[in-house]
Amino acid sequence: MEIDPFIFRLSIFVLSIFVGYYVVWSVTPSLHTPLMSVTNAISSVIIVGAIIAGLSGDIKSIFDTSNIFGFLAIFLAAINIFGGFLVTQRMLQMYKNKKKNK
Amino acid sequence: MSENLSAIFYLVSGVLFILALRGLSSPGTSRRGNLFGILGMIIAITVTFLSIGNFSVGFIYVFIFLLAGGSIGALIAYKIPMTAMPELVAGFHSLVGLAAVFVAISAFLNPQSFNLGSPGDIKLASLIEMSIGAAIGAITFSGSIIAFLKLRGIMSGSPITFKGQHFINLLLGLSIIVLIFYLCKNQSDSFFWSMIAISFLVGLLLIIPIGGADMPVVISMLNSYSGWAAAGIGFTLENTALIITGALVGSSGAILSYIMCKGMNRSFISVILGGFGVTDQNSKKDKNIKPVKSGNAEDAAFLMKNASSVIIVPGYGMAVAQAQHAVREMADGLKKNGVKVSYAVHPVAGRMPGHMNVLLAEANVPYDEVFEQENINNDFASTDVAFVIGANDVTNPVAKTDPQSPIYGMPILDVEKSKSVLFVKRSLSPGYAGVDNELFYRDNTLMLFADAKKMTEEIVKNLN
Repeated sequence: MEIDPFIFRLSIFVLSIFVGYYVVWSVTPSLHTPLMSVTNAISSVIIVGAIIAGLSGDIKSIFDTSNIFGFLAIFLAAINIFGGFLVTQRMLQMYKNKKKNK
Repeated sequence: MSENLSAIFYLVSGVLFILALRGLSSPGTSRRGNLFGILGMIIAITVTFLSIGNFSVGFIYVFIFLLAGGSIGALIAYKIPMTAMPELVAGFHSLVGLAAVFVAISAFLNPQSFNLGSPGDIKLASLIEMSIGAAIGAITFSGSIIAFLKLRGIMSGSPITFKGQHFINLLLGLSIIVLIFYLCKNQSDSFFWSMIAISFLVGLLLIIPIGGADMPVVISMLNSYSGWAAAGIGFTLENTALIITGALVGSSGAILSYIMCKGMNRSFISVILGGFGVTDQNSKKDKNIKPVKSGNAEDAAFLMKNASSVIIVPGYGMAVAQAQHAVREMADGLKKNGVKVSYAVHPVAGRMPGHMNVLLAEANVPYDEVFEQENINNDFASTDVAFVIGANDVTNPVAKTDPQSPIYGMPILDVEKSKSVLFVKRSLSPGYAGVDNELFYRDNTLMLFADAKKMTEEIVKNLN
């Protein structure tokens, strides 16, 4: 019997949880706020699904309900992607050590 | 582009996201990490366009929405003051949640374009995955909106509780599961829509009983939820990048919630159940009897100038008063007088994890002068002056001595051990936990009753 592809995805998922666990524990507490804003930005990779939804169907059906929900999701995720990465970058620019400061 | 090739690219972007988080292990590598994250996102989006290969009219609309959202996001990112980061993050969580709901709805209405079957005949596994994604997404959305309103001060930060609250939440939670079960059985629209509606309601009810002091936990928890929602959608779309990201974000949020709970010595369950922050009646009664010593900026400046070491303990009050720049100036003034200055940051200081660190960084405080609780707590005993600005509960020795106190067992900064303590505070009112701080009435404590920013600026003037 062949293994269901779902099992592979589940393996990736479980392993990623462990990777996430160890990576996040190694994040220094002083960068916890940028951690939250960057996780926010990367979770907006959900835009991938939104693009598929937005582009589905032919020209005539471009404003089907499912497309419209896709467009709205693209809009929301885009706010997050740009906002999340840029605000993270802005915060990280502020972290300087003594030597650089003087 | 072949499906296998695009799957490999999605894997690459997933790995880049891992590197983005890994970069945050030190401020020096963090900027590069963020660039990895941006690169990962660009790859994921480009691959999606290429694998669909449909550059028709729809593509233009996709682009318009992408740019519209992007410019709004960029504008917010540049305009937002650092003190408003908690609200911003809560707001962003709500967008991820809502986006997950919308994607799930599109997949439900038009399953062909996602290769999930046809309407009314969606693959069982996909249906379960998208329902879970949609339900968690909806909870994240409405919960984050409430968190946003509370943090923004539009809604009162005090917990809203009513009888049978938890029972209702439990009932609603169960009904979501029942609805998903029936949805899988007969694929009817009405089950899908009511499941989403109830999930919105659950998110709302889940956050309203949680008080202002617990916001760091709430915000981390919602961070975690937004990750699980993304992972659910990732399974539906069979997209590795989304699954990896969802798992990363989900565990990240969970760890942050754990750290925040530990910082307050509260169990996760008791935070969720809410109702914390009700004023302690007993401590209110004897408040007026005890005498306090209060001083002015001149006294404070004199005391600190003649000290050999000062530890500054910032709290949420500093953020509210926007006093971080003034505090930095004060530290500079002290350093000129040969005083050793460091900063002590409690894990739950502020309204989100790491909030104080960002504010101090904004005010150009070098990060190697800022210490976490466990690294500086032993230094208080050998410190001349502890300058507490806008913090309260995290310094309260009652957390060690009184088992009756709601904050008993919370790890605190040992401010009391330093030779003298300066408290910048507007009044003697208790902090968010509603507990009176006995430190105010000690002999070696000097209260500076004023707005944090004004007082600090006065002190700066007196230092020079």
